Amino acid sequence: MNLTLKIWRQSDANDKGKMVDYKVTEISEHMSFLEMMDVLNEQLVNAGEEPVAFDHDCREGICGMCSMFINGEAHGPDRGVTTCQLHMRMFKDRDTITIEPFRAASFPVIKDLVVDRSAFDRIQHSGGYISVNTSGNTQDANSIPIAKHAADEAMDAATCIGCGACVATCKNSSAMLFVGAKVSQYALLPQGQVEAADRVKNMVAQMDLEGFGNCTNTGACEVECPKGISLDNIARMNRELMKASI
Amino acid sequence: MALDSKVPQGPLKDKWTDYKNHINLVNPANKRHIDVIVVGTGLAGGSASATLAELGYNVKSFAYQDSPRRAHSIAAQGGINAAKNYQGDGDSTYRLFYDTVKGGDYRSREANVYRLAEVSANIIDQCVAQGVPFARDYGGLLDNRSFGGVLVSRTFYAKGQTGQQLLLGAYSAMNRQIARGKIEMFNRHEMLDVVVVDGKARGIIARNLVTGEIERHSAHAVVIASGGYGNVYFLSTNAMGSNVTAGWKVHKKGAYFANPCYTQIHPTCIPRSGDYQSKLTLMSESLRNDGRIWVPKNLEDVTAIREGKLKPTQLTEDQRDYYLERRYPAFGNLVPRDVASRAAKERCDAGYGVNATGEAVYLDFAASFERYGSEQAKIQNISNPSAAKIKELGQEIVRAKYGNLFQMYEKIVDENPYETPMMIYPAVHYTMGGVWVDYNLMTTIPGCYAIGEANFSDHGANRLGASALMQGLADGYFVLPYTIGDYLSDDIRTGKIATDTPEFDAAEKEVTERIEFFVNNKGTHSVDYYHKKLGKIMWDKCGMSRNKAGLEEAVEEISALRKDFWKNVIVPGTATEYNEQLAKAGRVADFLELGELFAKDALVREESAGGHFREEHQTEDGEAKRMKEFQFVSAWEYKGEPKDAVLHKEALVYENIEVKERSYK
Amino acid sequence: MSGFFKSSIGRKVAMALSAFFLMFFLLQHLAINILSVFSPETFNEVSHFMGTNPVVQFALQPVLIFAVVFHFVMGFILELKNSKANGVSYAKNNGAANSTWFSRNMIYSGITILAFIVLHFIDFWFPEINTKFIQGDWSGMLEGVDGYRYHEELVHKFVNPIRVGAYVVAFVFLGLHLAHGFTSAFQSMGGTVGRKKAAQNIGKAYSIIIPAGFIFIALYHHFNH
Repeated sequence: MNLTLKIWRQSDANDKGKMVDYKVTEISEHMSFLEMMDVLNEQLVNAGEEPVAFDHDCREGICGMCSMFINGEAHGPDRGVTTCQLHMRMFKDRDTITIEPFRAASFPVIKDLVVDRSAFDRIQHSGGYISVNTSGNTQDANSIPIAKHAADEAMDAATCIGCGACVATCKNSSAMLFVGAKVSQYALLPQGQVEAADRVKNMVAQMDLEGFGNCTNTGACEVECPKGISLDNIARMNRELMKASI
Repeated sequence: MALDSKVPQGPLKDKWTDYKNHINLVNPANKRHIDVIVVGTGLAGGSASATLAELGYNVKSFAYQDSPRRAHSIAAQGGINAAKNYQGDGDSTYRLFYDTVKGGDYRSREANVYRLAEVSANIIDQCVAQGVPFARDYGGLLDNRSFGGVLVSRTFYAKGQTGQQLLLGAYSAMNRQIARGKIEMFNRHEMLDVVVVDGKARGIIARNLVTGEIERHSAHAVVIASGGYGNVYFLSTNAMGSNVTAGWKVHKKGAYFANPCYTQIHPTCIPRSGDYQSKLTLMSESLRNDGRIWVPKNLEDVTAIREGKLKPTQLTEDQRDYYLERRYPAFGNLVPRDVASRAAKERCDAGYGVNATGEAVYLDFAASFERYGSEQAKIQNISNPSAAKIKELGQEIVRAKYGNLFQMYEKIVDENPYETPMMIYPAVHYTMGGVWVDYNLMTTIPGCYAIGEANFSDHGANRLGASALMQGLADGYFVLPYTIGDYLSDDIRTGKIATDTPEFDAAEKEVTERIEFFVNNKGTHSVDYYHKKLGKIMWDKCGMSRNKAGLEEAVEEISALRKDFWKNVIVPGTATEYNEQLAKAGRVADFLELGELFAKDALVREESAGGHFREEHQTEDGEAKRMKEFQFVSAWEYKGEPKDAVLHKEALVYENIEVKERSYK
Repeated sequence: MSGFFKSSIGRKVAMALSAFFLMFFLLQHLAINILSVFSPETFNEVSHFMGTNPVVQFALQPVLIFAVVFHFVMGFILELKNSKANGVSYAKNNGAANSTWFSRNMIYSGITILAFIVLHFIDFWFPEINTKFIQGDWSGMLEGVDGYRYHEELVHKFVNPIRVGAYVVAFVFLGLHLAHGFTSAFQSMGGTVGRKKAAQNIGKAYSIIIPAGFIFIALYHHFNH
C-alpha cells in the first residue's frame, strides 16, 4: 500500500504545532499501525529528519501507552483495539490518514503525538485504592466469598487500561468513564465498601479540579474504549456520589 | 571477591522465619530519615515502593513510562501461582518449591525458592484485600487453573489479564503512598547510572525523558526492579521500551551478572509475519489446557497447506502428529515451556512448519469444542445433538474462558481461530538470568538490591508459567522490606546523602559525555538498524538451541557490531528535548555489551539446562542433558570489555530435594 | 449536599431533575392541548381551570419557570465548561462513528427550543399575564366569544403560516432534544434503566409522540380555521 499521512507535529508544549504531510510506500496490510509509523520514522531518520514522537510500549493492547487519534477516532476505525493492535488491513491503498494526538485541555501535548496524561494518575492518588497495608497477615483470601457476578463485573470495570481514549473521544473531554470504572471496581467488591463514600467524593473532586468536562451521555467513550468499558460504570459512579452525599 | 549467598543456617522450612526473627529492625522514627530509590514500577518495583513507603521510608520511584501502571508486568496474562491448596489436590509449600526447582532444571538456589513458595499464599491474601478481582466460582470462592510443568491447579487468575490486575493492585498501593507524600514518583525518567560512594550504592543519575535534563538523586539504598533483557533479541514479547540499562549499569559498577544465557522461549506466541515486525505477541500458556498442538505427519500435506491447497481441518486424525502427546504422554500438551518450545523447533527444523516461513505449528481447539459441547448437551438435556450443535456449545465454553485471546489472535492474524486451528511459534519471553543477588536480594554492591525479573532469581534455567508474577510480588511485598531493613539499620545516623560530591560529579559526567556523543555523532545507520542486527545474531546463534561454533561466531560478530555502532550510529534531535531515538541508543548500546556476555556465558556452560540447550549435550532422544560439574551459578564480574569478564561460581547445593533427570514423559 | 451540586456530577443530576419535570410538563401540556382538536369545550374548561387555579398559578407555574430557566442556564454553564475542557480541536473528528448527531448537539437543539419559547411566550404567556395580572381579568371571557376565550385564541394564533412553520421546526428540534435527553436523564440520575431496550423504546416513542402531537395540533388548526 502507498499512503499519505497527515500528522500533527509540535516540537514541545510551547510550540503552536501544525499538520504535516508525509508519504509512505510499500506498506504491508499485515503491519500494525505502529509498525507503519516505525517505517515512516526509519525513513525520516535516514533522511536526517526528526522522527515523529509517539507513545507506545507493550504493543499488545494492554499497557495503555499508545494514544493516537486516527481519521477522527481514538485508536482509529477498528473496534475494541488500541492503536498498537490496529492493523493496516483496515485501510486501502492510496488512503490519506489523519493522525493527531489525543486532545483535551487536561492532556497537554508534550511533543508531536505524545500527551501528558498525568491527570489520570492524580485522580487515582486521590482515592483509587483500598487502604490496606502489606503485612502478609491480612485475612485469608477465601474468607469473604464474593458472588461470581459481582467479581466478574468488578473485573470488567478493572479492565480499563487508562489510555485516555474516552477523554479524547468525548466532545466534552470528560473523564467519567475512566473514573467511573475505578469507582465501580471497588464499589462492587466488599473490600472497597469501607471507604466507598470518601473515595467517590475525592475522586470526583479531583477529576473536576483537573478540568475534565461533564458527561452528556453521548456514549461515544464506550464505543471507542479499546476495552469495552460500559457506560453503566458512569451511572454507578453517579449513584455512588449521590449515596455518598446524602 | 568470593560469592557469599548468605543463606541462613537451619532447616529449610525454618530459615526464613528464623531470619526474620533475628534481623535488625529500624524504628519508625528513624525510617523517616532514610531514603530508598526504586528503579522500575512493575510488580516487583511497584510492590516494593508501596511497602517500603508504608513502613515509613522515603521512597523515590522511577519509571520510563508516563505512569507506574504501564510497566510490562501488565502484559502477563495467565495467572499467579500460590500454594493455597484451595482445590484440595495435594498442593503444599514443599510441592510448589519442588516443582519450581525441578522446572528450573536444578539450577536455582534452594533457600530462595523455598521462601518464595512460603510467601506465595500471602500474596493472594494481600491482593484480594487490595481489591484485585480474581476469578471466582459460583460459590464465591477463588478459582484456579493449571499451568505447564505441574500436576496440581494452583494458578489464580483474573481472566486473561492477571498481570494487569496485580499490577493495578500494586499501583493502587503506590497511589496511596504517593498521596501521603511517602513516595515521590518520577515518571518518564530513566536511570542512566548508579552512584557508589565509599563502596555503597548511594544514588543514581537519571534523565528526564521529557526535558532531557540530567538529574542527581541520592538515597541510602538503591533497588533495581527494571525487569528482564529479552529485547536483546530485538523481537520478543517484551514491551518496546524494556531494557537492561539499569541492571547493566550496576553490573559495570561492581554488581555481578548471573546466568545471562538462561532465556525463556515461550512456546505459544503468534508467529512472525514479516521483516517489519516490531514485536511478538504471546498467547497465554493457559491455552495449552484445552488446545492440542500438532503438525501434519506427511511432508506432502505440509507443502499443500503452505501452498494453500489444503486446509488443516481437512486432515484426518491419523494424518496429524500430536508430537507433544506422542513424546511426553504424562504431561502431554502441558510440558514446561522450554520442552514445548524445543519440540516445536524440532518439528519445524525437520520441515513440518505450517506457514509460509516454515515456523509455525497448530494449536487446535476442535477436540475441546467437542468435549465441552457434549458435556453441555448433557447438562442442557439435548438428546442426539448434531455435530454442529455440539461444536457451537463447546465454542461458547471456550469463548468464556479465552475469548479475549481468541479475539486478539483474530485481530493480528486475520483468521478466525474458532474455525481453523491457531498457528503458534516460540518467542523470547523472559530472562531467568540477571543481576546476581544473595539471600537478602542484595547485589555485590552493598546497598544495591535487585528484585523481580531483574535479578537472576529463583527460576534456575527455566521458569514455570505463572511464577514470574509470584516472584515479583514476593520480592517486593514480602522479602525486600525485611532484608533491606537489616541493611539500613546501620544508616540511621548517616543523614541525607549529599549529591554535590565527586562521586556524583563523575557519574554525571560519564552519562553526559555518552549522550553528547550520540547527538553529535555524524553516523549513517539508525539505532534500530543495529538493534535488528544484534537481534538476528542472538536469535540465530543464541536462540532455542546453541552450539560451540555458533556461539564463538556470535561473540565475534557482536563485538564487531558494537564497534561499528560506536562509529556509525546516527541519533537525530538534541539532548535537551523529548528524544526517543536518544533513549533507545543508550539502551541498544548496553544490549550490545550484554549480548556478548550472553554468548560467552552460553559458550562456557557446556551442558544443556532448561532454556539453555547446547546441541552437543543432549540425550539420544533429544532431551536436555545436564552436567553435574555445572551445578553452579555463573556470576560474571565486569572488567571492561565483555570478553574480559571474570567468572565466579556459586555452587548450588541441594539438601532437600533429590537432583534427578528432569522427565515429563 | 451543597458540595454535591457544585460537582460535575451534581450539576448533571440537577439537569436531569429539571429535565424530568419539564418532560412531565410537556406530557400534560400535550394532553390538554390535544383536547382543542377533539373537544373545544373540554379544552376551554381545563384551560380555565389551569389558568385560574391558585395551586397551578402560584405554585406550579413558578416551579415551571424556574425549571425552564435553570435548565437553560445550567445547560449553557456546562457547555462553556465543556468547551473549555476541550482545548485544541481536532483537524478531523469523526463523531458520527461513535455517537448520534443529536446527542452531540444538545446545545443547538436547546437553543432552537429557547428561541421557540421566546416566541411562545410572546404568543401566549405574556398576553395571559397581561390579561390576568395587569388588567386583573380572571374571567376567561372575551367580548364577542361564547364561553371561554382560550380555544378561540389558540385557533387564531395558527392562522399565520410563518408562525406555524416556526412551530413545526421547533418541535422537530424538540424531538431531537428529547431523543437523547429522555434516556440521558436516567443515566445522569445513576439509573441503568435508560440503557434497557424497553426504556429506550419508551424514550423513542416519547420523543416522537410529544413533538408530533404538537405539530398535529398546529397544522390541524392552521388548515381548519
